[in-house]
Amino acid sequence: MSRKKNWDQDTYYRGVPMAPYDLIKELVAALLIIGLVSLGLAFALSSPDSPSVTIQSWSTADPVDFVTTASAELAGTSDTAGYGPPYTDVSGAAQAIGPFAPQTWLGDPLHLDTAQVFVLGPLTTVSGNDQALTSALATFKGATSDQQQAWLDAYTTALDGATAENGQVTVAAGDYGPIPTLMASELATAQSGSLDGILLTSPQFYQTNYTAPLLFMGDGGYLSSLADQQHLLGSQWGMMNETGSYPGQTWLWLFTVWYQVPPFNTADNADLLVVVLMGFLTLLLALVPFIPILRDIPSWIPIHRLIWRRSAFAGEADSE
Amino acid sequence: MESPATYVHFWFVVISVPNLLIIGGMIALFVIALLVPFPRHKAVAKPLEPATPDVTGSVPDAAAEQAVDDGNWTRGTRNAITRRWPWHQLLPDKQPRYVASWVYMFGVGAIAALVWITISGMILVFFGPTWWHVSSTGKFVNSIHFWSVQLFFAFTVIHLWGQFFMAGWRHGRALTWIVGIGIFSISIGAAFTGYLSQQNLDAQWIALNGKDAINGTGLGAFFNILDYGQMFGIHVMLLPLGVISLLVVHILLIRLRGIALPIGWPGRFKRNGQEESES
Repeated sequence: MSRKKNWDQDTYYRGVPMAPYDLIKELVAALLIIGLVSLGLAFALSSPDSPSVTIQSWSTADPVDFVTTASAELAGTSDTAGYGPPYTDVSGAAQAIGPFAPQTWLGDPLHLDTAQVFVLGPLTTVSGNDQALTSALATFKGATSDQQQAWLDAYTTALDGATAENGQVTVAAGDYGPIPTLMASELATAQSGSLDGILLTSPQFYQTNYTAPLLFMGDGGYLSSLADQQHLLGSQWGMMNETGSYPGQTWLWLFTVWYQVPPFNTADNADLLVVVLMGFLTLLLALVPFIPILRDIPSWIPIHRLIWRRSAFAGEADSE
Repeated sequence: MESPATYVHFWFVVISVPNLLIIGGMIALFVIALLVPFPRHKAVAKPLEPATPDVTGSVPDAAAEQAVDDGNWTRGTRNAITRRWPWHQLLPDKQPRYVASWVYMFGVGAIAALVWITISGMILVFFGPTWWHVSSTGKFVNSIHFWSVQLFFAFTVIHLWGQFFMAGWRHGRALTWIVGIGIFSISIGAAFTGYLSQQNLDAQWIALNGKDAINGTGLGAFFNILDYGQMFGIHVMLLPLGVISLLVVHILLIRLRGIALPIGWPGRFKRNGQEESES
């Protein structure tokens, strides 16, 4: 068939028996049927909507987890602090396959100093006439980094035995410098709801970027415990799950599978490995028409014989 | 429905019962479409005839006009379009008789679901992203959006299964297949940004969990899935534009090439069946 005739259906269909067809009627029928099914499912089953978590609800429900997380942010030991690009410039933190490390190519344009953004900045904002807090901030900032680290190490260790009562966190007595004052203020700010707003602050009036509060909550254990209850964790095939008893993104099943099997489930660079693999597989799927063995599979599997039944129009092929 | 789902464990697989129902339903639907006979039309005696000029109305004879479109870009473009998509191919009232299986219906099913996704999405975006959390009407519209998306992906995937087993890329249809995979890929992105735009626990966790894959590729530097404003805009505008644009190309390619002949045509379908026997 010549190139010109490739799009000439009259030539392509030569000798093919034709049947009446109504494209518009078919489309309208499909619209009505699918519309009714969607309406029926929506009416009968509704849709999932588990309430979002705020820093206020987190710090109120689990103050010890909140203070532990805030201490890690101040110490620079949280997941976010050591994440690497695009949030921090920690060397060696980016995922790589040998020398291939695209995560490092654009640096850290979303740079985030966890101590300043999550703790010191908000506390400075709310310090106002609070002399104790102002003094604690001055003491902390005036101390050497070794001294800061010593206070934070001691306080973090003490948090393992911390108790929460009436929304306050209590640790065993020790030499923590200004840290207990800072953390008490951080907790109070969070529980009042102010920290939710402060972490969204940018030079504009309108705010839509939730990077900072989400990363902060992600560093804690409270949000992940709620995700765990809903089977949303990566290790629980969470990418294809949904809150409640609803179907999730089942179409991500193959993407999800890799994270459950070796070597991906133990690899530090699992995300990069899986993305590269899925990119390759998607390309392979797109190029099936040009790949000899793959494109021949349909002719080996007789499913096409169920679709095109000889009995449905036997003998008509030789009507030309 | 709001309480956590029951999960089934076997070997290393963990899957929720709702997900299992969706996947099982898709497989069942595909098998039913394969096995249930399609209503037969009475065959049209003659093979497809070219459209007559009076059918196409204003379309002049393309061959004659081709001779005079030299140098005129507008006339050349018009003629090229008219040659490839005459009205009787663009809006056909006949089709090959071998297009007689329910498997052919999933493509139009996916298009219909996309129409409902678009309609419900336009209502949701008109009233703003928080509306559906505080209004029972909004929740209902969101539910239509949610289930239309589930239907869209179910039909799209079954359509893909069907086209694979029919080797729908044959006889110059590779580009149609590739564009179809493109639609599916962009749809996954559109759905993903939709889940990020929900403003609930699911959206929060998907953003935190999904950021690592995006950041690992380096795309996180400018595609920040923790930035709600960015994801919402991409979800309601850019990705739907991509899906719908590629869908238009997909449909035009189908209308251009027609429906691929059956595998084994015409040998397997001859009256005496000497080449092969029906299994």
